Amino acid sequence: MSASHPPVSVTAPEFGSGRGVAVTLSGLRRSYGSIHALDGLTLDIAPGEFVALLGPSGCGKTTALRVLAGLEDADSGRVEVGGKDITSVPTSARDMGMVFQAYSLFPHMTARQNVEFGLRLRRIPSTRRRARASEMLDLVELSDHADRYAHQMSGGQQQRVALARALAIEPQVLLLDEPLSALDAKVRVQLRDEIRRIQLEVGTTTLFVTHDQEEALAVADRVGVMRAGNLEQLASPHDLYARPATPFVANFVGLTNRLRTTVEGQHANLLGTSVPLLPGSVQRGAAVLLIRPESIAVKADPAGRATVLSASFLGSTGSLHAITESGEAVLAQIDNDAVATFHPGDRVCLVPRPNPALAIAVE
Amino acid sequence: MKLHAARRRKQTIFRRVVVGLLGLFFALPLLGMVEFTTRAPGGGRTLATWATLFDVNVIDADYPELKTGVLASAGLVVLTVTIMLVMLVPTMTWVRLRLPGLRRTVEFVCLLPLTIPAIVLVVGLAPVYAWVAYFLGESSLWLAFAYVVLVLPYAYRALDAGLSAIDVKTLAEAARSLGAGWPTVMWQIILPNVRTAVLSASFLSVALVLGEFTIANLFSRDNLQVAINQLNKRDASLATAAALAALVLAFIVLFAMSFVGAGRRSHPPEEN
Ligand SMILES: Nc1ncnc2c1ncn2[C@@H]1O[C@H](COP(=O)(O)OP(=O)(O)OP(=O)(O)O)[C@@H](O)[C@H]1O
Ligand SMILES: [Mg+2]
Repeated sequence: MSASHPPVSVTAPEFGSGRGVAVTLSGLRRSYGSIHALDGLTLDIAPGEFVALLGPSGCGKTTALRVLAGLEDADSGRVEVGGKDITSVPTSARDMGMVFQAYSLFPHMTARQNVEFGLRLRRIPSTRRRARASEMLDLVELSDHADRYAHQMSGGQQQRVALARALAIEPQVLLLDEPLSALDAKVRVQLRDEIRRIQLEVGTTTLFVTHDQEEALAVADRVGVMRAGNLEQLASPHDLYARPATPFVANFVGLTNRLRTTVEGQHANLLGTSVPLLPGSVQRGAAVLLIRPESIAVKADPAGRATVLSASFLGSTGSLHAITESGEAVLAQIDNDAVATFHPGDRVCLVPRPNPALAIAVE
Repeated sequence: MKLHAARRRKQTIFRRVVVGLLGLFFALPLLGMVEFTTRAPGGGRTLATWATLFDVNVIDADYPELKTGVLASAGLVVLTVTIMLVMLVPTMTWVRLRLPGLRRTVEFVCLLPLTIPAIVLVVGLAPVYAWVAYFLGESSLWLAFAYVVLVLPYAYRALDAGLSAIDVKTLAEAARSLGAGWPTVMWQIILPNVRTAVLSASFLSVALVLGEFTIANLFSRDNLQVAINQLNKRDASLATAAALAALVLAFIVLFAMSFVGAGRRSHPPEEN
């Protein structure tokens, strides 16, 4: 996680045209043999909201998305869209736009024909169909590629056409399963911002699956962290980062130091400073404090009680590895122009900032 | 350097010799057939036999068995290809989409006929055909059921290659999410993308059915090869001409197939 993560404002519940509908998944279970891909997953998405599902590989993100799309049946549980139970409605009648990780344009059709496909199935008259397809291709900025086939377009272009195709049918819900993971880093950032822009413009309720936390934090209204088929926490990117509800979330989202501490009445004593604690923390006694690198300030101090191991330049910021007298490794975020002032072996003073942190029991 | 060139030249010569010998091996009988069918009674050359072969009226009047055979084989070709496609394409697509665990089994079953000699097949099919004759009549067309079994391995291979070239699952799921039902997925998405494979499977089946003799003969049904065999006893020259014509037709069909296949592969390269 680059520490430069932008604090995305938590958007108001009304977006764009307000065309979105609410989505509710409740108590979804799905097993493959002895593997519980979904283990009672419950998730509420507000109308027009952009929710990203984040989690380690195999935690059930794709399965959740596929159950919502009707491509996979849940063993139990309910799927509701716009207040209607659609658990037993087939995929083709669910009216959901989907973009897949694998390139999925129909190879025998041009970009325009791909975008028109869903409209043709809905028997939209040809003039309106063409107009709508042009509008969609405009939206993804590919008007001049309308007559190209998939094999004549780059991966990023193909995914944009796939997005246009999914949106052309004015779906109730837009589902994206790691649509960017096959693209290189730069295109990925561009396209994710474009997806967000378009989503805000059309206001479709969107579920976006990714295992790239930066991607999730950058574009979503709320991010759901999944673990072993269940939702661990669903919160705005800022809250998820600053106020993790569980150790798993604290560890999974962003970088975290694990430092020994003692807890005493809502505060932890760390390196001689008192740090406020988040709800769910250990109440008293010895604990491990999960504290972000940017919550630790570094001061050059010949009498300091920590030693610099290394300092690295990361572009917009810098990072510094140090070791305390008691032998604990600490990662701190520093200014990028301060990097050159620290050298391995320098004595420094580490000062925790008073940002709330999570204290967990010692294992 | 010189050594390499010499060796390469040697290899080229060797390759040409092998190709030449193989060509001779295939061409000699054909040339013999041409020679035989163009012999004139008093020595010299005539195209009379070939004129007869392509004169519908004469064939109709004097060689009814040839006409029956040709019609039966034409019917068998159409029926076999139709049954094969209707059976295989949806099944193979469905297995890829929904029952990937069954793929090996289906492949095994489809390739099995390769290992069974025609004569064994006939013995096994005899009781089945007793029932077929009882329910559907004695028509030669029902041989198509046996022929489907015969062409299964070749058709399977061709179709499997075609389906492997596209991401059947993702394409089908994309289409369904856009509102397509299963028939639409099949007709508008899968089929257009495996067109070449379907053509290959069909052409292979056509060639096989046109050349089939054993099963038809043992069941005493009519088809082209059986007719040629009967004709051989009456008019060897015409029989040979008919056999040669059937062979050339099969060749043309196979050639056409390899061209269609090549046309598809020479798509413009990726421009990523
Ligand atoms: N068709 C299937 N057959 C058997 N097991 C499956 C199947 N699909 C998913 N699983 C299992 O279910 C679990 C969840 O899979 P899922 O694809 O939802 O994970 P994911 O969170 O999307 O992971 P990734 O980030 O790697 O895509 C995994 O353990 C996976 O092995
Ligand atoms: Mg996945």
